[in-house]
Amino acid sequence: MEGTLFNLFASLAVLSALLVVVNPLSRNPVTSAMFLVTTMISISGLFVLLGAYFLAAVQILVYAGAVMVLFLFVIMLLDIQETARRKLNLVSLAMGLLAVGALFLVYKSSIKTTYGDQTQHQEAAADSALVEAVPAKVVGSTQALGQALFSGEKGFILPFEIISVLLLVAMVGVILLSRKEQS
Amino acid sequence: MLAVTTDPSQDWLLTLFKVVCVFAVVMPMVAYSVVAERRISAWIQDRIGPNRVGIPFTNIKLLGLGQPLADGLKALVKEDFTPAHVMKVFYWMAPAIAMVPSFVVLAVVPFGSRLGEQKMVIADLDVGILFTFGVVSLGVYGIVLDGYASNSKYPFLGGIRSGAQMISYEIAMGLAVVPVFMLVGKLNLGAVIEYQADGAWLLFKQPLAFAIFLIAIFAETNRLPFDLAESETELVAGYNTEYSSMRFALFFMGEYAAMIAGSALMVVLFCGGWTLPLGDYFNMPAESLGQGLVHIAVFLAKIAVFLGLMIWVRWMLPRFRYDQLMNIGWKRFLPLSLANIILTAIVLWVLNS
Repeated sequence: MEGTLFNLFASLAVLSALLVVVNPLSRNPVTSAMFLVTTMISISGLFVLLGAYFLAAVQILVYAGAVMVLFLFVIMLLDIQETARRKLNLVSLAMGLLAVGALFLVYKSSIKTTYGDQTQHQEAAADSALVEAVPAKVVGSTQALGQALFSGEKGFILPFEIISVLLLVAMVGVILLSRKEQS
Repeated sequence: MLAVTTDPSQDWLLTLFKVVCVFAVVMPMVAYSVVAERRISAWIQDRIGPNRVGIPFTNIKLLGLGQPLADGLKALVKEDFTPAHVMKVFYWMAPAIAMVPSFVVLAVVPFGSRLGEQKMVIADLDVGILFTFGVVSLGVYGIVLDGYASNSKYPFLGGIRSGAQMISYEIAMGLAVVPVFMLVGKLNLGAVIEYQADGAWLLFKQPLAFAIFLIAIFAETNRLPFDLAESETELVAGYNTEYSSMRFALFFMGEYAAMIAGSALMVVLFCGGWTLPLGDYFNMPAESLGQGLVHIAVFLAKIAVFLGLMIWVRWMLPRFRYDQLMNIGWKRFLPLSLANIILTAIVLWVLNS
């Protein structure tokens, strides 16, 4: 059951992510944005399978519900027209594949160093083993996440606060840029 | 499975059965809240309202309770007209996208204590309230896409207005319920009801949060005094200008389903869910079938009270201007709910130390 659902959500995520950029039927930016929404929702399905319910809910709330709506807004308000179909550029295709391949190798090696022994045993079982290697209860529960984020010693309070200050700076910057000059 | 249940005896057949039951209760509620809206508006405006339609092919009138049948039939047999200038796929999808989230929200709402061994909630999620906010936020797409796909000016303005309005009030709504969960200590909606048993309703402990949440629900459901997306006097019919027949009816039903979902959330978060402060019979999880049914009836009655309130407000208050709407949302509710969070935190800190 979990394997089937994983395959379903994973293929949905990849398929709709592909349709965001290379949709053969439409070059409409709104269509792309809507496929990005389905990608977000499929990814939150993957989070649920990993036992990270909080992340799954927040993924839908923040990305699918708020960020993508603002994307749509900007597309509609700026009235971006359908873009012309571009010819396939072999150089950029090769560079893109190279980047994706490099990223894949980085992820693979990082997973290996994190869950080294476990994955080596189960490499035959491939995908589903990775899902099981993560201790779902510990990572996923909202309380555990909150304690990890906000505790000083083994927790992440410093990076968390730094990120919040960064967001604050971005917000102040936006207000400053969009403010009309008072004369 | 998605491992959403804490009770392993609950299997998917029972879940499916519950889904069907909830749907079978909510759809007639949608139909009859439309009738209630028309009768109450008629009463407020000193008219008579639809009181004729009873059982078909007889002379029995039943106070006009057959009206939903007639309305539904009318919507079904009218011509389903698709204007030539619309973007077809989005135009066809929009009514469905507008309607689905309201029903999905009901999946995590505990609508009763238990019947036999079964907890009366479809999915007992630990992150219940976050799930509801996530799904509610997806409801924006219906109206925004509709405005875009209709490819004409009034729906477009309606869609843009509604999108900005819903995003703004979602923030106020989300921050308003934070104190509730600071008091309860869990995000699970069942735990919120447990906390409120014995009449310690959060309505009395957090009146400010309740007020903000109530008003935000009005804005989220696009109801007057915040129905800027539709506002007949300026935008013809707003986002549903280009729609006819059943597609229009879907938007209409979506609005009422959203009202029911919003009322259900208010009942669960602030008014004790299925409990009543009248002794153990109404406060403890049911042991007999009859008691379970009484709990469900209490819950439905509370929802009906809120639906009545929303209908009443619609016909008593004039519409806000758009800048007023935004000012209230960002300059009043946002600071107020932040202050409420800090106040609650200080009170909890003092009490616990």
